[in-house]
Amino acid sequence: MYQFKRFAASAAIGLWATTALAQDSITVAIQLEPPNLDPTGGAAQAIDSVLYANVFEGLTRFDADGAIIRGLAQSWDISEDGTVYTFNLAAGVTFHDGTVMDAEDVKFSLNRARAEDSTNAQKGLFAGITDVTVVDPLTVQVTLDQPNGNFLFNMAWGDAVIVAPESIADIASNPVGTGPFTFTDWVQGDRLELTRNADYWGAAPALESATFRFISDPTAAFAAVMAEDVDAFIGFPAPENLPQFEADPRFQVLVGNTEGETILSTNNKMPPFDNVLVRQAVAHAIDRQAIIDGAMFGLGTPIGTHFAPHNPAYVDLLTNSPHDPDRARALLAEAGFTDGFTTTLKLPPPSYARRGGEIIAAQLRDVGIETEITNLEWAQWIEEVFKNKDFGLSIVSHTEPMDIGIYANPDYYFQYDNPDFQVLMEELNATTDPDGRNDLLAKAQTIISEDYVNGYLFELAVATVAKAGVQGLWVNQPTAAVDLTGVSWAE
Amino acid sequence: MIRYALGRLTSLIISLFVASLVIFAVIEVIPGDPAAFMLGVNAQPDTIAALRAEMGLDQSVITRYFGWVTGLLQGDFGQSWTYKTPVAELISDRIWVSLPLAIYALILSTLIAFPAGIFAASRRGGPGDVTIMGATQLGVAIPNFWFAMILVLIFAINLRWFSAGGFPGWDNPLQALKSLTLPAIALALPQAAILARVMRSSLLDMLGEDFIRTARAKGLTRRQALWRHAVRNALIPVLTIIGLQFSFLLAGGIIIEQVFFLPGLGRLIFQSISARDLIVVESVVMLLVFTVIIVNFAVDLAYAAVDPRLRAKA
Repeated sequence: MYQFKRFAASAAIGLWATTALAQDSITVAIQLEPPNLDPTGGAAQAIDSVLYANVFEGLTRFDADGAIIRGLAQSWDISEDGTVYTFNLAAGVTFHDGTVMDAEDVKFSLNRARAEDSTNAQKGLFAGITDVTVVDPLTVQVTLDQPNGNFLFNMAWGDAVIVAPESIADIASNPVGTGPFTFTDWVQGDRLELTRNADYWGAAPALESATFRFISDPTAAFAAVMAEDVDAFIGFPAPENLPQFEADPRFQVLVGNTEGETILSTNNKMPPFDNVLVRQAVAHAIDRQAIIDGAMFGLGTPIGTHFAPHNPAYVDLLTNSPHDPDRARALLAEAGFTDGFTTTLKLPPPSYARRGGEIIAAQLRDVGIETEITNLEWAQWIEEVFKNKDFGLSIVSHTEPMDIGIYANPDYYFQYDNPDFQVLMEELNATTDPDGRNDLLAKAQTIISEDYVNGYLFELAVATVAKAGVQGLWVNQPTAAVDLTGVSWAE
Repeated sequence: MIRYALGRLTSLIISLFVASLVIFAVIEVIPGDPAAFMLGVNAQPDTIAALRAEMGLDQSVITRYFGWVTGLLQGDFGQSWTYKTPVAELISDRIWVSLPLAIYALILSTLIAFPAGIFAASRRGGPGDVTIMGATQLGVAIPNFWFAMILVLIFAINLRWFSAGGFPGWDNPLQALKSLTLPAIALALPQAAILARVMRSSLLDMLGEDFIRTARAKGLTRRQALWRHAVRNALIPVLTIIGLQFSFLLAGGIIIEQVFFLPGLGRLIFQSISARDLIVVESVVMLLVFTVIIVNFAVDLAYAAVDPRLRAKA
């Protein structure tokens, strides 16, 4: 049987794939291969792209639009003071190895993530938890040190999925979750296969099996879709090719939003950027549309602050920093830089940074700011820019959802230190009422926009190219995920 | 002969030792903390410290070097930091793509280069020679990755004869060979162009030698002399080039493996460097160095077997 499966899979990737394929399987390509299959470990988004909602589930989860909905927890009660969450778990849930998922597993997962020696890349999500208590097999109580308006949101992250002590040892190579698909095979460097979980506790997915393939080179990605080797490419890396797919009736192109605020990161402690006039001058020197058109072939929404435009709490603050080179030159003169100055612009690998960097450099030169561009690999960027803060400017997309809180950390790499903002964030964390939160979020967005902390460029878009018959793919990426539960083929 | 072999063996061991030092040193100084990279921008300092300890990065460089070398001597390549599987397993999976691809490309390039080189040499200055030499100029000049893209465009996208990339595994040998065909052609053509030029010039050199004149004087035609005497002797420099090309094809398929998204050694090195999975990079590079050194050792011994003067000198 195993041999047969392997054979069927190899045939599926072969030349006669399109005719031989039964329409209850799908081949999905993404750019990066997961380094391992442990979503509760490293930060690599590719792990979540493959496993989130497919193999692993958490107490809560993101839906296709980013709303927080029920996951393994079917309902919950929050105590009056907002510090005790009582989760009622779904009944009859088993892990893929047959063991039962109950409150003990939730306790195990949360305690493991917040433990001293935890290597969870998002350990901060669990920071406020002081105790996890098993009330009965289907009820678990989580106690926080203080109210946290983000707690249900935090529990929806891929890093907060529920795992079992029985299968945790091999999670990196053999992930065992509770989701609608079970992990079957991973040919490292090439593909990863999932099969429908016949014992799934929720609604059964339409697909019988799914294959993920990993294609990072833009040209290869184009070829793989054109040759119909893959049925869908999530996060298609070559926006310049999209019009060609749009014109081809064999394909559909979906363009959605992400949680990625792309910013011109500015070292707020390094002169001359410690002067708000200089930062404002940079903001007015930037022509966002030129960057979106030039670097992203038109994909992306301009932003005036560090917040996702599709979020209901977003405030449009673009008027704080319209493109105005004369204004920028005047501000520089006012700050004492009549002849401009020279700084560094350190760029990580994605094309938004490399292509966008060239355009921004030209726009800055126009107002008298010279930049020395350095291209860095991610590991170098983390070391040089993020850890050692050795940079003047950089371009990076902050893809974590709802991450405005990074501005409250004065040690964060752009080193913005504003006590008022820090107080505001504490207030936000302690607020659970949605209207109150929205007001505070609006205030927070306005403060960082008017302080010109970073150059706010655009919200990163995500493009999906799929065969015309594929239905139910996520258009947006509220979190890194390729949720296959609702995917099917048109008859 | 034994003294000669022992001498070569000593130099082999010294080369391997020096190589291990250089590889380790060079890779350790690449900027970028592997643990910080894996955990990304939201990681807390204590998490990074915990991961560094788990990966053994909290030990001194010297301890880690000796740990690595002792492991290698016992055939233990270590554990990949990112994949969390033994490096030996990663390598043995990938080598079944890279090695067949290199052999396939080498066979193709030889099959193209030998007839082309011999044909050109036998018709020196004629239109056939000029055409072939022009084509090889082009073959040498065209980068193999660009040629690979053109092949994909024609045979995968337009004609749909092949898939655009990927590797289905050896469970189905025909499909596997098929998926390696375009990459092998892309790798082989530039190599074939070089080889054909070497073959031609080596043959032309031979044709000027005394023993060919003797053969002609015995009454052989130019073509008979070429086939019976020149080709065999011209093979020696050609084989040297083939040996060099093989190492290049094995290690140098990185870009081609990217273009065809093949899970080979080149892609493994590429991914591991960007993920700062240093232990994988170190072990794979060491393995390649080891292969090259062993091949050279074998060639040295073979020379000595063929040429008694070498034995006498040592």
